[in-house]
Amino acid sequence: MRIGFFVKEAFRALKRSAAPSLAATLTILLTALVLGVFIPIVQATTGTANEVRGRVVVDAYVKPDASGTQIEELRQALIATPNVANVEYISKEKALAREKERNADAYQLLGSNPLPDAFRITPADPDGSEALVASLSSPADEKSADTARAGPLGAIDEVRNREEETEKILSATGLVKLLTAGLAALLVFASIALIANTIRLSIFARRREVEVMRLVGATNWFIRWPFVIEGVVVGLMGGAAAIGLLYLAKVVFVDPLSHRFALLAAPETIHFPLLVALLMGACIAVSALGSGLTLRRFLRV
Amino acid sequence: MAATRTSRRASARTREPASEGMAKRLAPRRDVPVVELRGVSKVYDGGSVGLEQAWMRIARGEFVFLVGPTGCGKSTTLKLLLKEMEPSEGEVLISGSDVSRIPRRKVPYLRRNIGVVFQDYKLLPNRTIYANVAYSLEVIGEGRASIRRKVPEILRLVGLSTKLHSYPDELSGGEQQRVSIARAFVNHPPLLLADEPTGNLDPETSIGIMQLIYRINRAGTTVIVATHDRDMVDKMRRRVIELQDGRVIRDQLSGLYRPDESTREFGIRLRGESPGAGLEGRPS
Repeated sequence: MRIGFFVKEAFRALKRSAAPSLAATLTILLTALVLGVFIPIVQATTGTANEVRGRVVVDAYVKPDASGTQIEELRQALIATPNVANVEYISKEKALAREKERNADAYQLLGSNPLPDAFRITPADPDGSEALVASLSSPADEKSADTARAGPLGAIDEVRNREEETEKILSATGLVKLLTAGLAALLVFASIALIANTIRLSIFARRREVEVMRLVGATNWFIRWPFVIEGVVVGLMGGAAAIGLLYLAKVVFVDPLSHRFALLAAPETIHFPLLVALLMGACIAVSALGSGLTLRRFLRV
Repeated sequence: MAATRTSRRASARTREPASEGMAKRLAPRRDVPVVELRGVSKVYDGGSVGLEQAWMRIARGEFVFLVGPTGCGKSTTLKLLLKEMEPSEGEVLISGSDVSRIPRRKVPYLRRNIGVVFQDYKLLPNRTIYANVAYSLEVIGEGRASIRRKVPEILRLVGLSTKLHSYPDELSGGEQQRVSIARAFVNHPPLLLADEPTGNLDPETSIGIMQLIYRINRAGTTVIVATHDRDMVDKMRRRVIELQDGRVIRDQLSGLYRPDESTREFGIRLRGESPGAGLEGRPS
């Protein structure tokens, strides 16, 4: 009966103070909409940044005198090395063909093929590429004692990680990640401030009612429950409307275009149902908590 | 969930006789005053003085007028009794227990034992008369059946049985004040506070309201009326406590708004020749 009373009171309040309730609902709707658009964008951006980071590679050049078995052994050893995600063998012929494509004239002048056989190694963690290079290359002072370097790694002539390129990629993607994180934090903060303010307004409009409730001896929780339920309803409505709009946008715009733009098709973008659940939960929690907490100042004394 | 909460409430009620059982405790102890102020002072944050060393004892079943000029401390006294604020100094006792010892959580239970009536009625404008009165019962968790029985009964008592489904703004001031009295009294609280109950009403209507409050008092409820209404105080001839600048300057059984005052004295006071004249208490 008590729950019934609270729900009844909440709905009567919603109906009666329609304007502030509508304002609160709209605020929730807009916030959820912005978040709903922004979360996938952040995710896609991060995904793309990670993909770009995947392009960080380490080249290990094979000694020109290495035999076929040595090369095969080296491949096995490289695969077994920690922080190695992928190993690709590029024979000197293949390398020459690639370079010729890029700069045909220069290589035309060269009679022979100056390029060595090479392994292109993709590190699992791009930030660890420096360490990988260090672990693969032979220490400089042992250069004289080539034969002393036993094992398959002995076939490595030189290791390079194209330093400049790597550094650029790492710093650029890092910046992108930082920016999106900053924007997301800012947006969440603005949303909370906006919602809190709207709720405060709608409660202020009803402070007289709260005053009467206190006068006739209602306990604080008794006063609070209808407001919290009202908050839940407002959050539910705003969140549902926002999700409806998001779904519409997804079906009408994003899905048809996703084949064309890599960004939209980024594999790491959040699943729609998960996004829905997240937004819904956030809407309801924020508006219910907001109402309950804002009431506190009216419940003093 | 509803069941657990209700049962929790019920058990809480039985566990907390200090607050819930105040009404019961009021009844048998005739010797303990319903309201007692012991050297109470209230200084507001701004430095203005609400009350200064005020002492008063009001026994069960009394009808007391609290009179004095605006800002003399009448409203402060009522607010202290409702624990809307704390005294700066001294003790406020209600039926023998110190109000400042009641934890904030229990304040609602104190207020359920005190009916309050205001000059501006404080009715909820978007509820019917019936709903306004029923509300104060719903808030304290009264059952539906007893609400349906009590509300029409109390509204009949205040003479509004034909207007159950009107809204407050469809009623006259006097009728609205009757509704607010009905709301204050529907729980039959042992103490009724009225802050300028006739302040917005014409003399004829005021008499009706006062009769109603008096009838409530006759039924055993202690009544404290803060008022400016000189005619009413003079006609009723009840106990008068006069305050000035936060001090009790007169406490007189069956007193007048001002102690007997000749036309000449009044003239003097009116011309401001002797501001203190006529204010001296004359114990009866």
